[in-house]
Amino acid sequence: MIAFVQRVGRVGLSICTELGSASFFLSKSVWRKPRSGQKLHLLAHTLFNSGVLSLPIIIVSALFIGMVVGLQGFNILNKFSVTSELGQMVALSVVRELGPVVTALLFAGRAGSALTAEIGLMKATEQLDAMEMMGVDPLGRIMLPRLLGGFISLPLLTIIFCAIAIWGGDLIGVRWLGVDAGAFWSNMQSSVDFRLDVINGIIKSAVFGVVITWMAVYQGASAIPTAEGISHATTRTVVYSSLIVLGLDFVLTAMMMGGW
Amino acid sequence: MPEALIRVENVSFAHNDHVIFDNISLNIEQGKITAIMGPSGTGKTTLLRLLTGQLKPSSGHVYFGKQCITTMSRKELYKTRRKMGMLFQNGALFTHLTAYENVAFPLREHTKLSESMIRDVVLLKLEAVGLRGARDLYPNELSGGMARRVALARAIALDPMLILYDEPFTGQDPILMGVLVKLIKELNDILELTSVIVSHDVPETASIADTIYVLAGGDVVGAGDPQKLVADDNPHVRQFMHGLADGVVPFHYPAPDFMADLLSSEGE
Repeated sequence: MIAFVQRVGRVGLSICTELGSASFFLSKSVWRKPRSGQKLHLLAHTLFNSGVLSLPIIIVSALFIGMVVGLQGFNILNKFSVTSELGQMVALSVVRELGPVVTALLFAGRAGSALTAEIGLMKATEQLDAMEMMGVDPLGRIMLPRLLGGFISLPLLTIIFCAIAIWGGDLIGVRWLGVDAGAFWSNMQSSVDFRLDVINGIIKSAVFGVVITWMAVYQGASAIPTAEGISHATTRTVVYSSLIVLGLDFVLTAMMMGGW
Repeated sequence: MPEALIRVENVSFAHNDHVIFDNISLNIEQGKITAIMGPSGTGKTTLLRLLTGQLKPSSGHVYFGKQCITTMSRKELYKTRRKMGMLFQNGALFTHLTAYENVAFPLREHTKLSESMIRDVVLLKLEAVGLRGARDLYPNELSGGMARRVALARAIALDPMLILYDEPFTGQDPILMGVLVKLIKELNDILELTSVIVSHDVPETASIADTIYVLAGGDVVGAGDPQKLVADDNPHVRQFMHGLADGVVPFHYPAPDFMADLLSSEGE
């Protein structure tokens, strides 16, 4: 019994320490100023790496998810003979939930893991130490642009995801299953609210973007500098950020529905 | 006697209750090559990190010129580090940049030189280490020795006052070893640098060092010029300088009696 309590205590303490040092790391990185001339150049570089290079996987998954939602939705709505509402169903489920969450999960797998591995390897090969020895702060030079990159690129990817998924729904519902195009689009237009649905979705994805890159960068910087340590850190990035995204999604949705 | 560029005064350092240094003091003289030697695991690299302020001592002070590294703010520390160059064990080149860009990195970060000036400086530094022709190669296309030489060019890019070498000779073939020994000596004399070498390669280091400090068991056990240390009769210094397999540093890691261990019931 005592051993059990001890174990719970130890796990609890280690979670708190981890969270504390991760938060400390985040706040330290955010207040570092990289040299003004380089800011844009560094940001563009990480936007390309984590944003543009994630585009193919986002586009392909969005297309398939849109098509599946179209197909499933058509079959359900057909039972009630309201297939004309298909546009509304596809658009709302994609814009409110599927878009931000699935994009974030894919982003964690594609860009988050790459970030952790990159930074972990830089640490293992003493590149971060070398930078520090040259009087260049790795927090400002490496971490900050990547955090900003996640914050900017994930909402953009989410918007692209939603557009493509809706097009996928249209492809299945209208082109293949014969739902009336006018009903499909006009129902969508009348039921999707720009502020409550679209903007809230984008807010969610911005939060996810920060959390995922924060996790990835922190795990990379605190990885044990061995092959095994880096592989563990990469796994942790994907697992933790996926769990946090799903948990936060619930919290944010509850807050938004509660009228925040 | 030349002035000391770095003074380590009564420094103690412990890591997780494990005492690595207990009240050590040493001086690094301006314009000289100082070697810090000792068997693996005596904290040579830790000492190097204390000199650069990457680690803070638990007590005592490290002075760089008149400034105290131990108590200065992060901003001042980063400023002071521009006067230091460091060569890491494996070079620690940025793998996403070419040799040229690696050497240009500190210049781009800390100076407002024009692109043509940067080019001149980079080519000058690469020429000094004999790798001007390899400027467009990426670190993974360089051999270990070449990578270390490019890293040396990068370390001297900002014309530092002090250059620190972390195990520069480890894992090099005899030719490259010779090249590095010559480079370190020449750079020190021509650029009027102060050099600190952390190493356990006795003959190479002894051939160029002006002063050697031998560390063992958290303490400085021997100090002086190479000839003096070779003749030193301190048991630690003698075992290290002459490479004896058994001595005060035992061959065996501490373990229970061998016979008792064999007969014990553990693992049955």
